[in-house]
Amino acid sequence: MSAVQARPLAGDKLIVVPYRKVSAAAMATNLVLILLGCFFLLPMLWMVFASIDSNPDWAIRIPSPTLANFADVLGRADALSSFRSSLILAGTTTVLTTLLALLSAYPLSRMHIPFKRPFMLVILFASGLPVSMLVVPVYQMYVYLGWLDSLYTTALFLAASSLPFAIWLMKNFIDAVPVELEHAAAIDGASTFRILREVVLPLTVPGTAVTAIYTFINAWGAFIIPFVLTYSPDNQPGPVEIYNFMGSHGLFKFGDLAVFSLLFSVPVIVLYLFMSRYFSGAFNFGGAVK
Amino acid sequence: MAVVGTLGPRLDRERFQWSSLLMLAPGLVLLVVLFLGPVLYAFYIGFTNLALVGSRSRDYSFTGLENVARMLGDYVFIKSSWLTILFVVGSAIVGQSVLGMLLAILLRNAVVPIRIVVGSIVIVAWVLPEITVALIWYAFSQAGGTLSILLGHGGTNFLVLVPMLIVSVANLWRNVAFSMLVFSAGLRNLPSEVLEAAEVEGASAWRRYRSVILPLLRPTIVTNLLLVTILNLSEFTLIYAMTQGGPGIETTTLPIYVYQEAFVFHQLGYGTAISLVLVLIGAFFSLLFVRASRRQV
Repeated sequence: MSAVQARPLAGDKLIVVPYRKVSAAAMATNLVLILLGCFFLLPMLWMVFASIDSNPDWAIRIPSPTLANFADVLGRADALSSFRSSLILAGTTTVLTTLLALLSAYPLSRMHIPFKRPFMLVILFASGLPVSMLVVPVYQMYVYLGWLDSLYTTALFLAASSLPFAIWLMKNFIDAVPVELEHAAAIDGASTFRILREVVLPLTVPGTAVTAIYTFINAWGAFIIPFVLTYSPDNQPGPVEIYNFMGSHGLFKFGDLAVFSLLFSVPVIVLYLFMSRYFSGAFNFGGAVK
Repeated sequence: MAVVGTLGPRLDRERFQWSSLLMLAPGLVLLVVLFLGPVLYAFYIGFTNLALVGSRSRDYSFTGLENVARMLGDYVFIKSSWLTILFVVGSAIVGQSVLGMLLAILLRNAVVPIRIVVGSIVIVAWVLPEITVALIWYAFSQAGGTLSILLGHGGTNFLVLVPMLIVSVANLWRNVAFSMLVFSAGLRNLPSEVLEAAEVEGASAWRRYRSVILPLLRPTIVTNLLLVTILNLSEFTLIYAMTQGGPGIETTTLPIYVYQEAFVFHQLGYGTAISLVLVLIGAFFSLLFVRASRRQV
């Protein structure tokens, strides 16, 4: 296309429209975006500034820099133990969910299973159920089984609640892998599990990574489930710990709170950056339910 | 070569393989025990007078529709339902979707450095753990916080003055990236011929969006609206961490009321009954979603 487009109007006049120009509209677009960017940046900036400020307040201010807050938090046993709890909780949940999602999604994608479509719809529906509905019956079950206040049993429920969406995500990724390769392997006499291990798994590494990271990010931030199912201070993951700190006015310094939530946020941001390389196609909803 | 007729099972039709059941089994067992089981159990508990402590914790009974009758006369439940609608419509449907669309359109037309920086900031807000968002918005809206200073009311605690507005904006702030990404992908996938044709025909930018782009994006918009509704209906952590439902019951949306009835007032039965209402509303939107996404393909 040329840089200038011309078109005749009703009268034989010719109107010339420049294809590229710095218009008032373009200026306004960028200006509005900068303002919106500030709206999103300001609340976050408080956390960053307060974490290195020797005397922070609720408002953002230029910090008088210090690393004392970081030293404080890294020296607190409760802060470190909640990091440990979060790692155990999110790690166990992620391993379980990803493994089970991969195993379930493969037959759902490739094999003939009666009632497959209704099953996938139930899975999709289940992933939209509010956790607050499940918390009471699961709490009752855990009381009965004596499973309360353990990070591993809590992770088991977290895995169950994140499994439906993980299966659904994983199935879409496997659907995208060409089936001919598996046919070739099958003709050469490979067993189903061998095909899964040596053909499908390597090809779905990006999909598996996305599922795992997505599950981890959610489990890392999970609040209500560990809030209800664990109670001893040693078993409180980061979100519950931050909530307790927020409630204990004065017992926890602003600076320490900012450092703790900053440190707690860094892993998921890093993981997201890693995942976004694979994630670009995931927001196209074409063929959402096959 | 001989006739291949009765040598084995037909090969022109897919058959059920037992190995597929073997692979499905572990996931199914977990889902049945810790998902389907609790769901069914919830439907039972919701019609009982089960309590967390006291005699009713062991000695509870099926009470039929008593919980439903109690809900209809419960001032807090009615207020809570209203707040939930306000939250979902205001924060999710209107706020998140409109701002998400606006961001997607603006980012498309912005210069590259601004696009990258602003787009990244919005996404970081989304990736941050919910509890972190609760904390930074708590700080932002306190008396003496950044918001009160920006607005020139240094001593006003906005989380007390307009609690529902603040938690809704905080929620929108966190979730808008989702809609933005969905709409950006939708805009990218539009057929470029149609857009070029509209441009060649001399349609103004406003006209192009109103008459060409938005109608083409309709399926994406519908999908986004339904997903956002379903996700926000059960929002708990952000609101609870910021206000615990207060001041008074000013931010007690249904998920928070469920938690309070069950674990603060020890009414497990009644709390679960309220959560079933939430499930019914969610189920309604899920069905709409399934129908919409089927039509889209």
